Amino acid sequence: MRYVEEFRDPVAAKALIARIAEVTDEIGATKESPVRMMEICGGHTHAIFRYGLDRLVHEGIEFIHGPGCPVCVLPMGRVDEAVEIAEKPGVIFTSFGDAMRVPGTKKSLLQAKAEGADIRTVYSPLDALELARRHPDREVVFFGLGFETTTPSTALTIQQAAREGVENFSIFCNHITVPPPIKALLDDPHMLLDGFIGPGHVSMVIGVHPYDFISDEYGKPITVAGFEPTDLLQSVLMVLEQIRDGRAEVENQYGRVVPEHGNPVSLAAIADVYEERPSFAWRGLGEIDRSGLSIREKYAKWDAEARFGIGYGAARAREVAEPEGTECAAVMTGKIKPTGCPMFGTQCSPETPMGALMVSSEGACAAYYQYGGRRSPEAAE
Amino acid sequence: MCLGIPGQIVEITDTDRMTAMADVSGVKREVNVACIAETDPAELVGRWALIHVGFAMALIDEDEAAATLKALEHLGEAQETLEQIREGAEALS
Amino acid sequence: MTLRGDRVTLAHGGGGSAMRDLIEEVFTGAFEPDSMEDQARLEAGALAEPGARLAFTTDSFVVSPVEFPGGNIGSLAVNGTVNDLAVGGATPLWLAAAFIIEEGTEIALLRRVVETMKAEADRAGVRIVTGDTKVVGRGAADTVFVTTSGVGVIPPGRDIAATHIRPGDVAIVNGVLGDHGACILAARGDLALSSDLESDCAGLGHIMAAVLAAAPNTRAARDCTRGGLASALNEMAEAAGVGIEIEETALPLRAEVKGTCEILGLDPLYLANEGRLVVFVPEAEVDAALAAMRALEHGEGATIIGRATEGPAGQVTMRTLFGGSRIVDMLVGEQLPRIC
Repeated sequence: MRYVEEFRDPVAAKALIARIAEVTDEIGATKESPVRMMEICGGHTHAIFRYGLDRLVHEGIEFIHGPGCPVCVLPMGRVDEAVEIAEKPGVIFTSFGDAMRVPGTKKSLLQAKAEGADIRTVYSPLDALELARRHPDREVVFFGLGFETTTPSTALTIQQAAREGVENFSIFCNHITVPPPIKALLDDPHMLLDGFIGPGHVSMVIGVHPYDFISDEYGKPITVAGFEPTDLLQSVLMVLEQIRDGRAEVENQYGRVVPEHGNPVSLAAIADVYEERPSFAWRGLGEIDRSGLSIREKYAKWDAEARFGIGYGAARAREVAEPEGTECAAVMTGKIKPTGCPMFGTQCSPETPMGALMVSSEGACAAYYQYGGRRSPEAAE
Repeated sequence: MCLGIPGQIVEITDTDRMTAMADVSGVKREVNVACIAETDPAELVGRWALIHVGFAMALIDEDEAAATLKALEHLGEAQETLEQIREGAEALS
Repeated sequence: MTLRGDRVTLAHGGGGSAMRDLIEEVFTGAFEPDSMEDQARLEAGALAEPGARLAFTTDSFVVSPVEFPGGNIGSLAVNGTVNDLAVGGATPLWLAAAFIIEEGTEIALLRRVVETMKAEADRAGVRIVTGDTKVVGRGAADTVFVTTSGVGVIPPGRDIAATHIRPGDVAIVNGVLGDHGACILAARGDLALSSDLESDCAGLGHIMAAVLAAAPNTRAARDCTRGGLASALNEMAEAAGVGIEIEETALPLRAEVKGTCEILGLDPLYLANEGRLVVFVPEAEVDAALAAMRALEHGEGATIIGRATEGPAGQVTMRTLFGGSRIVDMLVGEQLPRIC
């Protein structure tokens, strides 16, 4: 696979790991006093564990797993609303596979499907639009979630639906943005972070300058990274070198995909279709200002919230408490590792997930469990 | 929202809808190329793009890819040299 | 031909002449049972040998789409049961085949399925000796469901089972992994993927027989169907109380299967196979086992993928490309395509 396998070269990885060790020693970081590096994006968390990178790099580096998992941060109330829409007669509810198993307060989409709702997994919002064309007598709804990587695809799909006059199609919009939660974490006095691995595919859309505030205002280094193992290792090295040299800059390791100023067509589509909500709830983080998107009035016909009378903040969207005893919020913000949660591997497992971090395949807990084994809380490394 | 894979555009399927066929190791999937078609979509044939949820979202910059690989190569060589020096020093001590 | 119409109706399940016509034209015409009694009456000298054991298995098949590149539900139904017998060290002998048919199914489709079953049975050296058909109303079944039960003979003195696996034993698969799973994903159509992939559906009786002859101390074998290689290995590790370590670089995968997995975010270790087994042989007999497999159809790609270890009992791990290590856990639920 071109542009993939070359970036999985074990020889290059070995050299990077060695160099990382040298620079970590130069910094003087140790297991007891590590460099705390946050990988923001859930896809990076997944890659780190799939390739065992956390165990291959110097023990003076601690990966803090960030909140960049759009499924993990989806408020339970929104899952309830998705199920509510799906259970309406005549609706074909479509969703990415990731969201199917997330539990709402009563059930997940997968359970609703078992109970008879017409819920289908799709690979692309374009496939949902095609379903709407093929079934003019049905209401097709697409569960739009994801960060800026995925936001353009739903925006472009809405624009296409509008152009073609396909009216039995709408999007239940739960798109969120990356910079606000990062700012929230940096403002948290309990969060001690030394640097960031930036989300490569979000940056493919928004470019690198939205992260300027991280270096300019907070003095932390950030390197935007690709997703193959040598991409991640090279980015770790670049962040370490910044720390060693006392620099705080925004660097781009993923230049082959990430343009400095992002993608103009994507950004224009997002601006045309969406507007910022005053605030949006993030599971584990609470309400964050201007971090969620809603569909503009001009596209109200394709807005599932308008069609089904479910507005964010309406009577139905209620604050839902996390199950008792879970530590999702602390894990989500990197304060503790999954193994630090008393329920990890015991009451909470992929078979019986208590929170979204265990359900979503890129949630830190699921990644730990899947790739790291059934570690009970006591067996934490 | 991170799962993207490089694919090669092999054919334009609909110029109005801006769709093309992308090939990933022999598996083909129709993708929307609105994000990457600067002028005539036909010019995309043969180019590589990052595919995410049925959209080609960025053209792969082949020069940047080569530069990254070159940097890795140099690092590999530098590390090898360092190790040889180290091993040499150990052998002498 | 007295069979009227081109689609199955409820009349064909009614027990009357329409049903008799369907059975004769489509089923017994192809399978040619010895008699039309309610039961097959069978003899096998091998069964009578002192110490010989009967192996008996059953499986139901519900694949959608019913026909796919490389086969149909019929090929799965025959080979699936033949393989379940073969991996236990049994020589497969006879199959029973029961069909639940949805009203409205094309009779031509049924014929294709049945003809495929006859062809695969002949290839595997087994006979389909008895069966049943039922017809259910539209929507009560997805075109056709097939259940096959099979019997075979395990010769005296042979006992292969996962519990015999010991640390140091070597794991071998007979060829590239995940073709069936990836092919079905594309064939279902809802993901709009197209490729040249075909199902790897195949009978493994001949391969097992050859391996057992060349490597008489073979410990255990399992076919890697639903849940893929990972599930089979987890089951075996658990049963044997050993660890199993596989090598990522040793896993044989077609480029198209890798491509499908990358696009959808799936792990090929969990993709279904229908003509792949994993067999554990002692180190000393590895070369003989490999040679025996590679000489046969469906065994040309036989390769070592790992070995049993002293490691935590029941745990399957994989050494990654970089010498790192990750756990290969049991699958929970179904693998779903993901965007993250």
